[in-house]
Amino acid sequence: MSAKAKLATVWLDGCSGCHMSLLDIDERILAVAEQADLVYSPLVDLKVFPEMVDVTLVEGAVSNEEDYAKIKKVRARTKILVALGDCAVTTNVPGMRNPFKVEDILNRAYLENAATNQHIPVAVIPPLRQTSLPVHQVVDVDVFVPGCPPSADTIFYVLTELLAGRTPDLLGKTRFGI
Amino acid sequence: MNQPTQARIFTLKIDGVDVAAREHETILELAQENNIFIPTLCHLEGLTEFGGCRLCVVEVQGSNRLFPACMTTVTEGMEVTTDSERLRVYRYMILGMLFSERNHVCSVCVSNGHCDLQFLAAKLGMTRVEMPYLHPSMVVDASHQHFIMDHNRCILCQRCVRVCGEIEGAFTKGVMGRGASSRIIHDLNGAWGDSKTCTSCGKCVNVCPTGALAEKGKSAGEMVKRRDWLPYLRSMQED
Repeated sequence: MSAKAKLATVWLDGCSGCHMSLLDIDERILAVAEQADLVYSPLVDLKVFPEMVDVTLVEGAVSNEEDYAKIKKVRARTKILVALGDCAVTTNVPGMRNPFKVEDILNRAYLENAATNQHIPVAVIPPLRQTSLPVHQVVDVDVFVPGCPPSADTIFYVLTELLAGRTPDLLGKTRFGI
Repeated sequence: MNQPTQARIFTLKIDGVDVAAREHETILELAQENNIFIPTLCHLEGLTEFGGCRLCVVEVQGSNRLFPACMTTVTEGMEVTTDSERLRVYRYMILGMLFSERNHVCSVCVSNGHCDLQFLAAKLGMTRVEMPYLHPSMVVDASHQHFIMDHNRCILCQRCVRVCGEIEGAFTKGVMGRGASSRIIHDLNGAWGDSKTCTSCGKCVNVCPTGALAEKGKSAGEMVKRRDWLPYLRSMQED
């Protein structure tokens, strides 16, 4: 009997909606748990991304320096990397700031529109990169699952196919937007 | 003297199937009559063919170049292929360029769920855009009382330009610039709301394949276009 597969999920620049959709697979999560251990996730209290992960679902675009460092490490430690949802696949809403300069965005958010305590944070929160990028423009991606968010059925299908060693065929199952 | 003219009938093959076509018919018309799917974007029944989007390119035996099905008329003995690895590569490339050239954010678009571009990407199994997104800085013209023109979502198919001139007869809409810097304009590049020629008929809004033209006040996914009137207006013109 082979060991269970190692499954991870990471949350970059996204709204967590894809993780909500993952949880919407409801009791089918028990079927996933029979085949895989969730070794790292915003839903798991573990701080370091482990080595030798079989499948990682990535939600969100690569927008700041922390996202960038994290996705590089995740890629190096993952066999099958899945770009989950439109932010990971297309940059979606996080990319809507790309036509503007980072400086202008920070001024807008922290100075012009701030009623009190007007200052641009420089410590603790990671600096924004010049442009928000889809995951595949930073590291190689093995499976793309568009959708905002992809439905629970689509996510469950992708997980069961990948855990069974097959490549999911997403034709007719999801699309940009949804 | 109204003598019925004898239309010549050609026989040809589409995807290996023997079909009969009338002279002067396009490959696209013939394919649609025979329920063979060819992807299209700038084509719309009732408007003059434009051949701009190139999504309908097909292979014709005996030639290395690709032919736009909407602009190519049938010939006797023609052998047409509407789907192949080569065509799929080009169609993905075209859709990728359309998605990456402007800011198409399907999830927050008024036309989400009712968009020809989004529908085609899904139908052709496209799950990503290979080329880098340009994320250009684009303006939104909200000067018109009823309608909005969002250049972020425009694919320059020129359906709006054609319907405005050919059907409404207003010739308000046109195209300015070249290549990726082309823009749909109103009159001599003024604000839409200031146009003296626009009749506010809304035909352009309804033929627009994406959310580039929409009614004001619509939120994400709420803009449903109606196009059933177009072939009727065209046939009335011809009569």
